[in-house]
Amino acid sequence: MSRRLYGPFNRVEGDLEVQVEIEDGRIKAAWVNSPLFRGFEQILHGRNPRDALVYTPRICGICSVSQAVAAASALREAMELEMPDNGRLTTNLVLACENLADHLTHFYLFFMPDFAREAYADHPWQAAIAERFRAQTGRCAREVLPARAAFLHLTGILAGKWPHSLSIQPGGSTRPVEPQERIRLRQIVGQFRQFLETTLFGDALESVAALDSPDALDDWAERHADSDFGRFLQVAGALDLATIGRGPDRFLSFGAYARADGHLFARSTWADGKRGALDPSAIREDVSCSWIRSQNGPRHPREGATLPAADKPGAYSWCKAPRLNGQVMETGALARQLIDDHPLIRALVAQSGGNVRNRVIARLLELARLVPVMEDWVLALRPRQPFCLDAPVPDEAEGAGLVEAARGSLGHWLRIRNGRILNYQIIAPTTWNFSPRDAEGTPGVLEQALVGLAVGPDGHDAVAIQHVVRSFDPCMVCTVH
Amino acid sequence: MSDRLTLLWLQSGGCGGCSMSLLDAEHPDLYGALELSDIELLWHPSLSEASAEEFLDLLGRISRGEQRLDILCLEGSVMQGPDGTGRFHRLAGSGRPIRDWLRELAGLARHVVAIGSCAAFGGITAAGDNPGEACGLQYTGEHPGGLLGEDWQAAGGLPVINIAGCPIHSGWVLDCLAQLALGELDEDALDEYHRPRNYTDHLVHHGCPRNEYYEFKASAEKPGDQGCMMEHMGCLGTQARADCNIRPWNGGGSCLKGGYACINCTAPTFETPNHPFQETPKLGGIPIGLPSDMPKAWFVALASLAKAATPERLRRNAVAEHIEVPPTGGRRRRP
Repeated sequence: MSRRLYGPFNRVEGDLEVQVEIEDGRIKAAWVNSPLFRGFEQILHGRNPRDALVYTPRICGICSVSQAVAAASALREAMELEMPDNGRLTTNLVLACENLADHLTHFYLFFMPDFAREAYADHPWQAAIAERFRAQTGRCAREVLPARAAFLHLTGILAGKWPHSLSIQPGGSTRPVEPQERIRLRQIVGQFRQFLETTLFGDALESVAALDSPDALDDWAERHADSDFGRFLQVAGALDLATIGRGPDRFLSFGAYARADGHLFARSTWADGKRGALDPSAIREDVSCSWIRSQNGPRHPREGATLPAADKPGAYSWCKAPRLNGQVMETGALARQLIDDHPLIRALVAQSGGNVRNRVIARLLELARLVPVMEDWVLALRPRQPFCLDAPVPDEAEGAGLVEAARGSLGHWLRIRNGRILNYQIIAPTTWNFSPRDAEGTPGVLEQALVGLAVGPDGHDAVAIQHVVRSFDPCMVCTVH
Repeated sequence: MSDRLTLLWLQSGGCGGCSMSLLDAEHPDLYGALELSDIELLWHPSLSEASAEEFLDLLGRISRGEQRLDILCLEGSVMQGPDGTGRFHRLAGSGRPIRDWLRELAGLARHVVAIGSCAAFGGITAAGDNPGEACGLQYTGEHPGGLLGEDWQAAGGLPVINIAGCPIHSGWVLDCLAQLALGELDEDALDEYHRPRNYTDHLVHHGCPRNEYYEFKASAEKPGDQGCMMEHMGCLGTQARADCNIRPWNGGGSCLKGGYACINCTAPTFETPNHPFQETPKLGGIPIGLPSDMPKAWFVALASLAKAATPERLRRNAVAEHIEVPPTGGRRRRP
């Protein structure tokens, strides 16, 4: 038995360290550490409630719109305000743009470059993959960066800039759209569709979204072997990526993209092969293994506090351990598409659970499903109708904002007293996925997903760890904030 | 060893948003721009293949002088807490506070560049009571000092170059790197806070799409209104040093074009205003922060004159989301 420390992991947003215990060439146990603490919850205390719209997006440069949407929605609940249709559509468009740009960045810049590594030099596919996906020098980067930047022009129009916009407000968007801009937005989304259909999929988005079974996917992969999704599926098959990184197979989605009633992608939990109602009041944050001061047992974020305790015995991460009904939950695009009942994802999870391959497939599927919806949202914008309503912030109020960032469920819980923020607590997607152990000693999602992974006798053959870690598209700066 | 300039990019107490903004670069894109400036990226946390021990090995080679380091970029604040120990951020895999790595690497680099207001001054991470004890590389808020001290100079003879902003515009960084590569960046190219004058010789007010509302003091009153946001909505564009309304963000945007106030994010201590960000503090009905270089008496006199002269069109449009009254001037009369 030996111990080994891995880190820093790059191509994750922020800093990450993983310690593992190795027995017979396989990981026996893992401990995940988020090594950076900043203290946003303390910074927010005592500020004007609307200042959360400035501070919280700056928790994270890659999820900044998601943070803004969560903050605006917590404030909206506290203010008992409604958004006009245009406000809701604009918020959804900006959020979808960020989430899909993140999916693209993750696939091309963060995840795929690991298959270009020399460790795979003996594999017949490696040379072609390296030529296309190698970090910095692979051919795809020069195609993806311009496509990503052009897609983000949508945020240039609707949010002024990305990241760190202040356009998303409790009552809608500060950026009314003029008729000619609606046309321009349509073109931006259309141009992104063209990029996806030529480069990522080599097929119509609707055909990808319509894949409804593992057989249909296999068949598609054979016919589209020269698309980037096809290339991934080949590598995933060759390396059996469906057999590594298995999580707890309990999933959580707060529901994505608000509609007049409900969400475009459903809000729910999924465990033991079926959906279950999500009760946000059953969330608790456990800090047994966190360098965070204890509050006599796990707390709901509404009553939570986040005060550092750097010398706490038994602690090994700045991250807290959120649990739902005491259970470890995985969140992300896979959870979202599973809970939304997408037939392909349903079948893949039934077959092999939450794993590296399925997480990546769900992310790319979301690109195919959401871009056509964005086209509809743009056309549904009504220039000259209201985009933003406003109301005073009450002196005493509470609100929660539950949204889906690219990498999963994000929650903000806000309490206002005497017109100021009394308490503000945040649980980010990677806080769920990369949590440390709880009071019961139950490891977090990644800690479970690493167990059993073959890494060689001394842990030197560790490229598979890279795949497992990155399959979650982690955002460490959100995780601990 | 190649002649290309080598660049190492590290992140600490920040959000990674400056790197994300850097990826928004267009014509040329990020990799194109680095290639044109002949800069070799030794390592960047979001972009490089090398991970874990390969990266720690690179730091070791730089430390031992086996790898030349021309440009060290830090994104995010320097984390000094808790109690000055630096343990709020230990570089993963090394057990060592990244603050200590930074002090060592800065001493080996030809140029040191702070990317964003966090690395320059402490920024958002230093907001409020600054729970993380965050500071900038050479400033703590507006006070010289920070991690490296007021008199510190890099081997190339310059202090830390502070590309402040929250986030940075990709152009601010890529212009600066290109000038370093050409050997054209000297002390005269930096302002009083060591920010590149490339962008801080301008005010955010320059090119503001709401200029006509400003001229006539026709003010917005709530989010979404089209009027000038200086009087009520907290806009600091007339004082903020940056070219945001000249140099387009994401194809054509800016904070003002997005319909919200400039919060002066390129300035030290912007993160803790003594008023709500989206409200203008006033004394006797007059905004406390006046436009840069403007004598107060003149501002008050001009403002009251302008208010008296505000055309009905601007008065109405300023408090509406859409143009309710289009301009009439210049229309040719029918014969």
